[in-house]
Amino acid sequence: MSQNPYHDDRGNKDASITKRHGVGEIPTRKGGKSRPAPGGPFLIGDAMTGGYGKGPDILHDCTVSVDRGEIAVIVGPNGAGKSTAMKAVFGMLDVRSGSVRLDGEDITALSPQDRVAKGMGFVPQNNNIFTSLSVEENLEMGAFIRRDDISGTMEQVFDLFPILREKRRQAAGELSGGQRQQVAVGRALMTRPKVLMLDEPTAGVSPIVMDELFDRIIEVARTGIPILMVEQNARQALEIADKGYVLVQGQNAYTGTGKELLADPEVRKSFLGG
Amino acid sequence: MDLLNAIVALSNFVLVPAIAYGSQLALGALGVTLIYGILRFSNFAHGDTMAFGTMVTILVTWWMQSAGISLGPLPTALLALPFGMLGCIALLLVTDRLVYRFYREQKAKPVILVIVSMGVMFILNGLVRFIIGPDDQRFADGERFIITARDFKQMTGLEEGLAIKTTQALTVVTAVLVVALLFWFLNRTRTGKSMRAYSDNEDLALLSGINPERVVMYTWMIVAALATVAGVLYGLDKSFKPFTYFQLLLPIFAAAIVGGLGSPIGAIAGGFIIAFSEVTITYAWKKVLGHALPESLAPDGLVQLLSTDYKFAVSFVILLIVLLFRPTGLFKGKSV
Repeated sequence: MSQNPYHDDRGNKDASITKRHGVGEIPTRKGGKSRPAPGGPFLIGDAMTGGYGKGPDILHDCTVSVDRGEIAVIVGPNGAGKSTAMKAVFGMLDVRSGSVRLDGEDITALSPQDRVAKGMGFVPQNNNIFTSLSVEENLEMGAFIRRDDISGTMEQVFDLFPILREKRRQAAGELSGGQRQQVAVGRALMTRPKVLMLDEPTAGVSPIVMDELFDRIIEVARTGIPILMVEQNARQALEIADKGYVLVQGQNAYTGTGKELLADPEVRKSFLGG
Repeated sequence: MDLLNAIVALSNFVLVPAIAYGSQLALGALGVTLIYGILRFSNFAHGDTMAFGTMVTILVTWWMQSAGISLGPLPTALLALPFGMLGCIALLLVTDRLVYRFYREQKAKPVILVIVSMGVMFILNGLVRFIIGPDDQRFADGERFIITARDFKQMTGLEEGLAIKTTQALTVVTAVLVVALLFWFLNRTRTGKSMRAYSDNEDLALLSGINPERVVMYTWMIVAALATVAGVLYGLDKSFKPFTYFQLLLPIFAAAIVGGLGSPIGAIAGGFIIAFSEVTITYAWKKVLGHALPESLAPDGLVQLLSTDYKFAVSFVILLIVLLFRPTGLFKGKSV
């Protein structure tokens, strides 16, 4: 990445001529076409190897998947490549070998935009709301690709997160951490995604709010939307997970149901603190 | 002492010209602020974009005049304005396709785009002079005044006259309409909201299915239209000269930064602040003060703080003061 001379601004910090707020980091990719690839789980990143730009590989033969009606959780130590695995599934970095398949289609070549259109919803870890837009506008923007009436879906989101109904006219940037996460998840739900991907939805919120968010996530999963998420709070996440992946240094270390992983003495010792 | 005459003289020489000039600056600053807010760089080619749009309008106006098409009391340029906008839109879209898009795909840092826009500025500068020449061009026709100083004096019996040029009234009316339309577009329409969303967070806009290239295209189109309107109104009010338009860059940027870069309301407020400061500081107050003060206090000199040749110094000083003490501008723009 750093080899690109256009990424060097020679330390310019002059905000009176450039605006750094909200600059995009997702690399521009020419999207290819999807191919039919029947069978397998609903969404799977299969044996993915890759990294950012021309940099070294971060993922090595990493596999994550989620099936209909399931919650799959990716856990692991810091720097294990959890978020990177999510980004790879969403097409934000080059997958050099391996493939990503959604609902019987090979979508490895698709750009992130095309994946949104295919029905994938993604909630990034940081900067996951439009701070200067109102809550309602955030949700409208979530439904941007839809041309039909969105008021029904918005009602559903408001029913799921009642606090958002109250604050619908307020700028999303003025909300508390937990409320922001609700806006972020709500925005992603507005597309009526076929699968929802959450990157550390509980990062930086208080334990009480965290429990509440987990409850809501389970509720979303019950409506039939498969959820693939990365979590820092491994124990709690594995408790609600149908499927768990423990990544270490970009590789699958342990895989199993949430209960199995919680019961596994190795996993407990190394990741769950005994 | 004669307050009424003082007020009339003040309106004639300061208020009316400053309001018209302020509207023109506001329209220019809106374009600058939109590019800063949405495309994230300061577009130094904006003055020359205005010149290009105005040039196309002038050429079409001349053709219409020769073909005998006119708008009666209103300037023919109003009829030619849509053609100027289209020409300017075409120019900016081609420039984007040929120049800016490459850097966008590279995810180039915004400061590189600033320098790129400077290159575009020089090219446009040359292009406009090559087509229409470096000289002063007049293209205003129709009724020159809504009310002349002499009519006003006869009507009111006052010593001072108040003249309002057609172009001045036209400028204010057009500016109000255009600004209202722009705000409605940005706050109420789907496309407008998607532009604000992209301005706020590029990546999340992409993840919401908003096509960035679309947003960029609409931004250039709106900016081209705004620049053409601003340029034509300025040209009608004064005259068209490519170099003057290049120089307009300074007051326009000063206006955008004073108001707060990225804030449309700020751009409008900034436009008026710069215009009023420029006009009041370079105006010779002798006449107004002569009317307003008792005879014993009436000034002997011109009471002109700065010669009009130094009007750019005013924008510069305001710009410096704002950047020193309130870098985010009056309306909390994004330059922090």
